[in-house]
Amino acid sequence: MTARIEMIGVSKEFPAVRALERVNFRVASGEVHALMGENGAGKSTLIKIMTGALGSDEGEIRLDGRPVEISSPGHARALGIGAVYQEVNLVPTMSVTKNLTLGRQPRRFGLISWREARDRACEKLERLKVDIDVERPLGSYSVAVQQLIAIARALEDDTRVLVLDEPTASLDANETELLFQVVRDLKHRGLAIVFITHFIDQVYEISDRISVLRNGRLVGAGATADLPRLKLISLMLGRELKRTEERLAAAPGASEGPVVLSAEGLGKRRTMAPFDLSLRAGEVVGLSGLLGSGRTEVAKLIFGATRPDSGHLEVSGERMTAHSPRQSLRRGMAFCPEDRKAEGILAELTVRENIILALQTKMGWLRLLRQNEQEKLAEEMIRALGIATPDADKPVGQLSGGNQQKVMLARALVSDPRILILDEPTRGIDVGAHAEIVSLIRKLSAEGLALLVASSELDELIAVSDRIAVLRDRRKVGEIARNDITRENIIGTIASARS
Amino acid sequence: MTPSSSVEADRSLHLRVRALAGHRAVWPVVALLLIFAIDGVVSPGFFHIRVVEGRLFGNLIDILYRAVPTAVVALGMAVVIGTKGIDLSVGSVIAICGAVITWRIHAGDPHWLILLSALGVGVLCGLWNGFLVAVLDIQPIIATLILMVSGRGIGLMINLLYGGTNPSFNSPLLQGLSVGHIGLVPTRLILGVAIFAALWLLIRRTALGLFLEAVGGNSPAANLAGVDARLVKYAAYLICGLCAAWSGVILAADTHTSDPVSIGLYIELDAILAVVIGGGSLSGGRIYLGMTILGALVIQTLTTSILTSGLPPEYNLVVKAVVVLIVLLLQSNNLRGALYAGFARKTG
Amino acid sequence: MNEKYLPLAATIAVFLALFLIGGFLYKNFLSTLVLGDILADNAFIIIAAIGTTFVILSGGIDLSIGSMIGFVGVVMANLDVVGWHPLISGGLMLGFGLLFGALQGLIIDFCEIQPFIVTLAGLFLLRGSCFMVNLDSVPIRHPFVAWFAGLSIPLPGEGELRSSAIVMLVALAVAIVIAHFTRFGANVYAIGGDRVSAALMGVPMRRTTVAIYALGGVYSALGGVIYALYTSSGYPLAGTGNELTAIASVVLGGTLLTGGVGMVAGTLFGGMILGLIATLIDFNGSLNGAWIMISGGILLFLFIVMQRSLVGSFKLRDTT
Repeated sequence: MTARIEMIGVSKEFPAVRALERVNFRVASGEVHALMGENGAGKSTLIKIMTGALGSDEGEIRLDGRPVEISSPGHARALGIGAVYQEVNLVPTMSVTKNLTLGRQPRRFGLISWREARDRACEKLERLKVDIDVERPLGSYSVAVQQLIAIARALEDDTRVLVLDEPTASLDANETELLFQVVRDLKHRGLAIVFITHFIDQVYEISDRISVLRNGRLVGAGATADLPRLKLISLMLGRELKRTEERLAAAPGASEGPVVLSAEGLGKRRTMAPFDLSLRAGEVVGLSGLLGSGRTEVAKLIFGATRPDSGHLEVSGERMTAHSPRQSLRRGMAFCPEDRKAEGILAELTVRENIILALQTKMGWLRLLRQNEQEKLAEEMIRALGIATPDADKPVGQLSGGNQQKVMLARALVSDPRILILDEPTRGIDVGAHAEIVSLIRKLSAEGLALLVASSELDELIAVSDRIAVLRDRRKVGEIARNDITRENIIGTIASARS
Repeated sequence: MTPSSSVEADRSLHLRVRALAGHRAVWPVVALLLIFAIDGVVSPGFFHIRVVEGRLFGNLIDILYRAVPTAVVALGMAVVIGTKGIDLSVGSVIAICGAVITWRIHAGDPHWLILLSALGVGVLCGLWNGFLVAVLDIQPIIATLILMVSGRGIGLMINLLYGGTNPSFNSPLLQGLSVGHIGLVPTRLILGVAIFAALWLLIRRTALGLFLEAVGGNSPAANLAGVDARLVKYAAYLICGLCAAWSGVILAADTHTSDPVSIGLYIELDAILAVVIGGGSLSGGRIYLGMTILGALVIQTLTTSILTSGLPPEYNLVVKAVVVLIVLLLQSNNLRGALYAGFARKTG
Repeated sequence: MNEKYLPLAATIAVFLALFLIGGFLYKNFLSTLVLGDILADNAFIIIAAIGTTFVILSGGIDLSIGSMIGFVGVVMANLDVVGWHPLISGGLMLGFGLLFGALQGLIIDFCEIQPFIVTLAGLFLLRGSCFMVNLDSVPIRHPFVAWFAGLSIPLPGEGELRSSAIVMLVALAVAIVIAHFTRFGANVYAIGGDRVSAALMGVPMRRTTVAIYALGGVYSALGGVIYALYTSSGYPLAGTGNELTAIASVVLGGTLLTGGVGMVAGTLFGGMILGLIATLIDFNGSLNGAWIMISGGILLFLFIVMQRSLVGSFKLRDTT
């Protein structure tokens, strides 16, 4: 089979980092090619070079055997290379039609014909079986629909290569299946498809071949059928992997600690139906459910980041009067949000400042932590959590995603909480950091902390939870006790509630 | 020396030059020294300082003296900019302050009370801007545009309160603060230093600075970490309003009059420039008070230098624009990168 | 109705309400005569504001407008002294506006400096250049100026559409076509809506940014030409503070200062609202000129609060 797109000996250097080192990468026509690697492996750099967002320092790119210089994203698209990213890269303030036709609007006498543009937009969406009003602004649709619109945009009649960079990250099972149908269809039409994901299952479901990057080098490539999971993961990690999915045994008596938090009828209209939930010291309660089922909403309602309009919350037997992050922190709660970039880190501030922030707000603005105390706390956390940073005065924005996640955890821990709420603590971080955070959760609960963990990954929840609250459609539909926690039970609980 | 060690030394020198050039203080200092160097050549005796009638005289003193109003406003501006905000209304606040001072003097209030009223104007204006930004969540540049557009009108209306026919006044207290001297040194300079010190203590010796920068860096994240973003933004605009009011007292007392149309005209632009020349980013997240003062001094030195060099004062704006552009261009990473590439090719 | 027309509708409603209030208070106010005067008197500022609309739609800002108006007038007056035809010197100034705007756009994009700061330097540079040329008002005596001033189309009633208003309406029509029916226009909205996405969607950022500020430069230069012809003079202080009026017109016209949302046609009504207020205060006679600034501020406040609540509902994503 001839290569549709071939990258030969591609290198790229950033200040102080060699991002890619003579990487070869080829994708054949009619093939779904999974590109795998941990954070910092060089996946996104390779994709950016392929889609013209970055130039390479050396190496060659061939499209259908012909050498090409890809100078810009626009040029890449003109060559037939389309891309869809995890974060929907469309303009929310513009209509769906404008988003779908931007840059290639049909023109008559030099002016855009909006009627024709509308027809084209509808046509594109029909291919994906999406039926929506194309005149409404994109921002008025859900993220899943926006993702499908992004894919519709990337698909042109002359598209030869389609890059899907974690397109399923925010899709639920049905939407993912719909997407895969489209992908298979495109594959049969002869497109070369590059697929990037953190979901190993999806790799084996959809891909034909796999290439694995590690530290900027290609460390393995081959047919998916010849590459078993364990081998794939060990290639990605560069070391043999112990299985982390196994249930980490909870300390006996975890469910007998005193109740430290209890919510009764807590809820907010159009956000989350009223729910009851309690949390004991030394216990890990998981929040499970499909995308959009209300996991984040429950976490934010309890922490006071979203103000409830019904019910009440008791912390250590005392009723919360005002619901705000400030109040919650003072009552011994701490929260790690899901959206690290938007709600978590302060990119310009140093690791030290990020770590002490929550503790400082607890102490108020008048009493500033002394410099040496700040340094001591930061150093302790950097050591305890294994945060990879040259020193505590590096801006957090310059750390990798996994380390930023750890800094957020450190911020929560330094504030010395009795109740810790984690929303997707392992989202977007690599396998190694994943395992560390999972074992940290167990360790903290053994020390007597009460933890509430919201996660989209069942295995992770099964591994850490003493009890799981199951959510569906912004409603709490059940609770599973420690001895009954199995994959089947959780799925069963979600499914049983469907009428 | 072996070839390899010389290469290494060369490389470390290169890195050090690069690190030095990357430090935010370098370009404003270079600009200041450059202006001084030109001054030294063009007008000999530029740096001469002497004592006349028990006061310090000389260009350097003059620069410091005249820089005070802008520098004080710029300090407040630096705080607001650190929260990812901006305050366009400082000129209007100055205009209202001047009008209120004149009005109350004509009404016969005690002068210490008038001083407090003027500062009260700053507080009120700061609260208004803070309300728009923190509570109504309006983009700062738009929110403060409202007071910027209407403030000088309000000043004119206040002038009408006492007839507006003879807006000039006399006040030993206020004029003492503005144009008086303590020993050899101008009072406003001493008070300016005091304001700087007080603000520095407020920001760096309490957690307020950290909170301001947290809100500027990532407001939702700061909120989740327990920072009261609303209160912090209020504080920022309040500080800025107070600084502007102080500047208003100095300027109004200096001119003995209330002239809402032209007092402090374009001072908001100078203040923002001072912050930016001092390396503060308009996208917020960091507050550099000392660097801001340096920025204000660059601007005033430029103005004074043009006056003493014999160039017509009309050239002031043009030269200012050019210097500002050069400082900004040198701070740009893209352009510096291009210059380095050229430099490396020449030496390599 | 699509929510994107709401701000425009509100702008037009305010304009009509103010006009009716004027008619209620003063005899002869509700006439094409007054309307024609408002159009002609404010033509230059509305023209400049139309150019600014593109800049603001892209999420930027241009503070050099007022100085450009002054600079254009001063140069035209001085060229008039040496015998240039105003049309030729005017054309030259449009070219200058284009280049100056393009340069500002290039610095903004290449050096990644905030537009606020770059155009602020532009403001100083142009105003300073005015002072360097001359400090007094210089008349433009070419017969073309008188001929241009006499040019008009009669309106029903006693009013007339004067030449400056005609130029303004033509400039508006061109701008509407550019904004809504060209790829460049769509790119402006895309950049203002989401810069990062726009770049990834293949919008040529540098070319578009340069073109946006170049367009702004041409329009403010055109505003300057019209102002010079209208006042038949060049005055180095002309247009001082007009950048604020232009920005206010754009905001009152329903364009979001954050970019991405708004319509060029709204700017016409935004500018007319400000003109109408000035005329109303003029008609009153006893009111102080300060009221123009204060009422402008109050209207700005009301519009901004309205836009704020509108954007709030607009961003509410359907999560089901």
